[in-house]
Amino acid sequence: MNWIFEPWPWYIAGPIIAFIMFLLLMVGKSFGMSANLRTICTICGAGNKANFFKFDWKSQKWNLVVVIGAVIGGYIGSHYLTTEMAVAINPDTIKDLNVLGFMSAGKSYLPDELFDNSSLFKVKSILILSIGGFLVGFGARYAGGCTSGHAISGLSDLQLPSLIAVIGFFIGGLIMIHFLFPLIF
Amino acid sequence: MRTLIFLFIGILFGITMFKSEAASWFRIYEMFKFESFHMYGIIGSALAIGIIVVQFIQRFKIKSFYGEEIKFYPKEKSFSRYIFGGIIFGLGWALAGACPGPMFTLVGVGFFPITIVIISSIIGTFIYGLFKNKLPH
Repeated sequence: MNWIFEPWPWYIAGPIIAFIMFLLLMVGKSFGMSANLRTICTICGAGNKANFFKFDWKSQKWNLVVVIGAVIGGYIGSHYLTTEMAVAINPDTIKDLNVLGFMSAGKSYLPDELFDNSSLFKVKSILILSIGGFLVGFGARYAGGCTSGHAISGLSDLQLPSLIAVIGFFIGGLIMIHFLFPLIF
Repeated sequence: MRTLIFLFIGILFGITMFKSEAASWFRIYEMFKFESFHMYGIIGSALAIGIIVVQFIQRFKIKSFYGEEIKFYPKEKSFSRYIFGGIIFGLGWALAGACPGPMFTLVGVGFFPITIVIISSIIGTFIYGLFKNKLPH
């Protein structure tokens, strides 16, 4: 059972994700995490500002329960099922990241430079995290879904719009990493 | 009972996102650098099995656990909203290193600054809702 404590390989993780999608279909729902961000807006009263948020959020309560589970899963996974937090990425990638100033590459789960608690007091880290989050939220809703809704659910159903969205995800990601990272970091 | 099923699904999802390192900023960076197969293997194998599962459900008209028909809603036809929205999402995904599922998982792991990402993604969703009618769809 020691493999549980090691990082899970892709051929374990991928099938589990497909199984999650299958379970959600079998209980009459569909797999899509970014819809929760809209639901949270509605709960906060955004329905008064835009029609987009006028819907019965209680119909989406099940998805918020999935989110709560995802938080608990992160706790269980990191506290009880992991001995070593460092992510063993490609040594070439580590070298690239060191050049950009990410000295924690290969030594931690997330870059300390952005996610250590001290980042909460660094203007640059706060800006990067807020802009990144903003683009994720705005883009996911504009595209009508995120990685789970388009790359998994939509593509599994062979939907052309999801293919266009996933191509967009990659265009955006490649621009960010290859052209904008050297300017930002 | 149904709530417990959703909670179980969420927990399984959170553990898998964390343990597969799909919730790691480093893995996202590495993926966009094409320096590892890992993330492509996760998404690719999930998708390959997903296609078979969906085909199977549609061909054999499999009913849900509650005996209801399983419906698939075709997404509205458009090009601009998917490509523009997709690019914007991709820029954020690479910068924050987290998408809307894993960002919640990371709260459970104990990374407090990820809450900045979550709050701003909610604000991003809100701003989209405000300007929805002015954007090309």
